Amino acid sequence: MRWRDAAVPLAIFALLAIAPFIGFGQGYSLTLLARAMIFGIAAISLSLIVGGAGLVSLGHAAMLGIGAYGVVVLDHARITEAWIVIPAAMAAAGAFAAVTGAVAIRTSGVHFIMITLAFGQMAFFATSSLSVYGGDDGYTLYNRTELFGTRALEGRLFFHFACLGLLILSWALVETLLASRFGRVLRAAHQNETRARAVGFEPYRYRLVAYALAGALGGLAGVLLANGAEFVAPAYLSWQRSGDLLFMVILGGVAGPHGALMGALAFILIEEWLAHLTEHWRLIFGPLLILCVYFMRDGMAGVLRRD
Amino acid sequence: MTEPLLELRGLHKSFGGLTVTDDVSLELRQGEIHALIGPNGAGKTTLIHQISGTLAPDAGQIVFAGEDVTRLSLAQRARRGLARSFQITSLLPGFSALENVALAVQARSGSSFRFFRPALHEAALNDQAMAALTEVGLERRAALPAAALSHGEKRQLELAVALAMQPRLLLLDEPLAGTGAEEAERLMRILGELRGRYGILLIEHDMPAVFALADRISVLAQGKVIASGTKDEIRADPVVRDAYLGDEEAA
Repeated sequence: MRWRDAAVPLAIFALLAIAPFIGFGQGYSLTLLARAMIFGIAAISLSLIVGGAGLVSLGHAAMLGIGAYGVVVLDHARITEAWIVIPAAMAAAGAFAAVTGAVAIRTSGVHFIMITLAFGQMAFFATSSLSVYGGDDGYTLYNRTELFGTRALEGRLFFHFACLGLLILSWALVETLLASRFGRVLRAAHQNETRARAVGFEPYRYRLVAYALAGALGGLAGVLLANGAEFVAPAYLSWQRSGDLLFMVILGGVAGPHGALMGALAFILIEEWLAHLTEHWRLIFGPLLILCVYFMRDGMAGVLRRD
Repeated sequence: MTEPLLELRGLHKSFGGLTVTDDVSLELRQGEIHALIGPNGAGKTTLIHQISGTLAPDAGQIVFAGEDVTRLSLAQRARRGLARSFQITSLLPGFSALENVALAVQARSGSSFRFFRPALHEAALNDQAMAALTEVGLERRAALPAAALSHGEKRQLELAVALAMQPRLLLLDEPLAGTGAEEAERLMRILGELRGRYGILLIEHDMPAVFALADRISVLAQGKVIASGTKDEIRADPVVRDAYLGDEEAA
């Protein structure tokens, strides 16, 4: 990890840590920042497979959705303790990723995109048909997940720092993974698959493990998303949402999780800002994103590294 | 006589109606440099692909160190000690020269399902990688990204990667291709120093290089082995002169 790759995330984390105390402490701001951080975690998890392994998935929203529905299923069964809910939701998302990945990773390029999209849609329609959890209408969480039996996560400031802590952990985890032996094989197979095979590696196994890990981390983002909104609906799993996540990663730069972090924050904040300016904000947002990609080949992270 | 390191038994490969490997049988002994020559389109690279595992033969057997490896993948064969270089340089352009080699060391040094320790600081991997780089004379370029190396240096690096695998057999597909006179000379010297330590199957168009390096030579034409023997036998073989060497001299 180059120091500049760490400097920007650390500055962002510091800003997020002091934000509640420098004028962004009211409910509206904290909700927005929490949302940005949660998508930061989601984009970081996606960056492990897109940037690290070179697998462009258009089905990552399913991982978030399964994490979010994990909260719903357990809530319905009156299980609300975070130390059960979070591991269970992450395991469910990771397992879904492992099973679908086992098929999808046998393909590459456009086929991989289409298969991940198809699995994502399957998960979307599956949740829509779960009438016991509200079907299309979604499921309202009357209480957030509990922490050691307390209502700590209901506190806005506590939730803010919980999201920030998990965001930092996710970033550090993906940075560490990519720098490890495991990550080196992933990156090598991404750059030149034949070369990786020729020295004795079967990229499939490494990619599958990365895909499952990314799924589990996406599931964590889903748990937070459900808690932040106190509501879960199949729309969380829509393919448009997968597209947004992919866009965050590309906007920020695929060189590492720091790019995904920047991309997610920028995406959520610009979206919010534009939505305030005009109700036709999508007409501005779309072209703006196109210009960003056009002029920043390596994303925001690339711009920062240029000087 | 000891068991051959590599034995091809009746290999066949065709693409549609075109037979590119036609009943090829070949033996490579431990520690020898065996050159495979032949005109363009003779099927040399196709044969290397089948030996290394990137292409499955239609029929026949590939026996490596006494084991039938015909059905094994490229990676499985690599782990058994079969290292290949590519006709068109195949490296990790974004990795440093050292890391290109360290990856090959890593492949044979314990599990790579290790998730937390930074691989870049593993001294055991780096030391062995550095030794391989030194062997090909690239130790001063270790920190440069592979993409920044000259063409000749890339060929040297590819050789270092193969050596770092601690292979028993090196499959070298035109290691001198595209190199300048000075680079070619350096590579020739390095290859000469490897004699006896590894079995080497060498594909090369540079005839003086082949005759300088090889212990034995096999000649491939239209997918068939038309001759196999020592340098002198090959040089004197009228069929070979007619099919290949003669053409070169006339041209």
